[in-house]
Amino acid sequence: MSDTHAQSVAFVRDTEIPSAPPPYAATGPVKWMRENLFATHANGALTLIALYVIWYVLSGAVPWIFNGLWNTSSLSECREVLDGTVGACFSVLTERWNQLLFGFQYPEEYYWRPTLAFLLLGVAAAPVLFFDLPRKMLAFTAIYPFVAYWLIWGGTMLTPIVAFLGVAAGAMVYKRFVTGSFALGFFGGIFAAFVVWNLGGFLISDTASDTAMLGAVPSRDLGGFMLNMMLGVTCVSLSIPIGIALALGRQSSMPLIKWICVVFIEFIRGVPLITLLFVASVMLAYFFPPESSLDLFLRVVIMITMFSGAYIAEVIRGGLAALPKGQYEAADSLGLDYAQAMRLIILPQALKISIPGIVNIAVGLFKDTTLVSVIGMFDIVGMIRGPILASTEWNGVYWELLGFASVLFFIVCYGISQYSQWLERRLATDHR
Amino acid sequence: MKKSVVIGALTAAGLSAGAAAASTLEDVKARGSLNCGVSTGLVGFSSPDANGTWQGFDVAVCRAVAAAVLGDPNAVEFVATTGKTRFTALASGEIDMLARNTTWTLSRDVDLKFTFVGVNYYDGQGFMVPKELNVSSAKELDGATVCIQTGTTTELNLADFFRANNINYEPVPVETNAEAQQQYLAGACDVYTTDASGLAATRAAFEAPDAHVLLPEIISKEPLGPLVRHGDDEWGDVVRWTLNALISAEELGVSSANVASLSESANPETPEINRMLGTEGNLGEMLGLNADWAAKAIGAVGNYGEIFAKNIGEETPVGLARGLNGQWEDGGLLYAPPFR
Repeated sequence: MSDTHAQSVAFVRDTEIPSAPPPYAATGPVKWMRENLFATHANGALTLIALYVIWYVLSGAVPWIFNGLWNTSSLSECREVLDGTVGACFSVLTERWNQLLFGFQYPEEYYWRPTLAFLLLGVAAAPVLFFDLPRKMLAFTAIYPFVAYWLIWGGTMLTPIVAFLGVAAGAMVYKRFVTGSFALGFFGGIFAAFVVWNLGGFLISDTASDTAMLGAVPSRDLGGFMLNMMLGVTCVSLSIPIGIALALGRQSSMPLIKWICVVFIEFIRGVPLITLLFVASVMLAYFFPPESSLDLFLRVVIMITMFSGAYIAEVIRGGLAALPKGQYEAADSLGLDYAQAMRLIILPQALKISIPGIVNIAVGLFKDTTLVSVIGMFDIVGMIRGPILASTEWNGVYWELLGFASVLFFIVCYGISQYSQWLERRLATDHR
Repeated sequence: MKKSVVIGALTAAGLSAGAAAASTLEDVKARGSLNCGVSTGLVGFSSPDANGTWQGFDVAVCRAVAAAVLGDPNAVEFVATTGKTRFTALASGEIDMLARNTTWTLSRDVDLKFTFVGVNYYDGQGFMVPKELNVSSAKELDGATVCIQTGTTTELNLADFFRANNINYEPVPVETNAEAQQQYLAGACDVYTTDASGLAATRAAFEAPDAHVLLPEIISKEPLGPLVRHGDDEWGDVVRWTLNALISAEELGVSSANVASLSESANPETPEINRMLGTEGNLGEMLGLNADWAAKAIGAVGNYGEIFAKNIGEETPVGLARGLNGQWEDGGLLYAPPFR
């Protein structure tokens, strides 16, 4: 066969043809564009429309931003300098940045205190967020809330110390009794903390704050983005343990606890947050005598925490329900008591499932903190809508101020969302 | 109120209502500061400046009362209230008085159980149109599109006005003043209507204020004034007569510049000034205040005319004319009862 074949072929090529470059239209950016942007007539049209929209937005926004003014003293001066050309008036940010960040009443010489508290927040949150860090750092996390309270509000040092002792006493009582009965330990701990706080309250004289190392700042003077951060961080970190407790309580076999939790969750979820805030600012004032009224900041924290606690409880209940029954039975068969079973086996799995839901609520909650502006608190939106836009110099500056607020919120919310994605990847133990 | 957050929270429930029984005047004196409710921000009327100090027309009333009662115009805790929280803040005792461009109406006075102690600004609903429309009276607005904030009394006033004059209009509902500003400038409506002082402030923020005119018609009555709770008439008298002192001072020619020399000794030619400034008679004692209460108030913030000129008068960006808010001798409505 090979002979006949050899005679029938006039020329045998003994080297391979060098591969020619692909046609121009089938490679590089042209190919990419043909495949991704202009694959069909409809796609091509959409691409052109999208390009036009992008150009339209940028042609307006870019000169507006780069032509912006940063050091005039009023909007009318901005307009004079710009003289009809397009340009932003960012001067409002340079003049009022301290009001946007700290509110207009926080004493200027104390700005370092919330700033330091903010930096320390990073140190305190790090071991909770990134569990590869040394566990010893958690000790600082435990005392951070009291340090931050002292830094921001100032006043006598005894207040945060008593508060800390109360929490410590509660934890000790919990540890002591939890082996006997989880409920006894849990409620005994809460009770012990209250006893210590009440006793401690008598130790602190009303004038103790006047001579304190850090000058006292009343809650009414807090404001700006600082207030949003404080409300967001406090309420998220308080509502997660409360949410866990409510979710476990709802599954409890004790009817009283179960029904208290069910009624609480269903009631709070059935009421809009804004209603709760109005109750906090308006209704509670009727219930207390004028001189002993609860601090407004605290009232708002309680309401927002209750609100997000109820939502987080439902998310965690979803996580609990997703666990196979075998996990509960496995814990029982090992002879673990309720607290151990929850802590070692059930919750680590249930919380992992619940992460996206919890983060979702945390992001929503953080943005909901701007709602406090409707009850007369000067958070960043309250500062913009009230004092700054009502000043004769800056009345009429909308885009620059609200844009600045959105940038701040975007940074924080995007950060939270990126962290949660990292956490999900890090905790992924299932086989894919 | 010195109770700290944590402890305050825990002990609040246990505290009894011991302090609530005393009168407001005694409370204020004991506390050493006046809790005064103001707007969260309204151009010219109340807003904090770059240093965080409250400024404005309503704020001046608070400062005058603090100066009269406590001798110090800065002894005021300003409590910012929104349109929704203002009445409960006053009723619950969180604030001692409210000076927040609040219209005096029968239901607020009677049903909500407040006492309006007087009027510090006579407002009314007006119209703003672009100059190029060449409209000189609201009655020429037949067929116009009108930007109007929904859910306010201005909406009802507008309907009444157009029906009474038998002309038509097309409403463009907007939610807030900021939105109205944008809609009006974008040409979505020919006319914008709201309170005249608000229109003036809005126009002041425009890029070209001169291209817009306020029409002469004022179609509603909006007397704005400070108010206190029912049931404490002594305190109501203090606030009422502080306001009257500011108004009388302008009428009698007492200003922040000359109040110090006028109150040094009684001048036999001006008995009413003497009685007001406490160099003669015992009017201050009757109110439960020091004899120099009015002198302190006027010295701190100036007389009514000075307050008006400084915050919302024609020299300021808000640029309001005195109009109805002139003294009765000049054809205005300000008519303070005599100091006698």
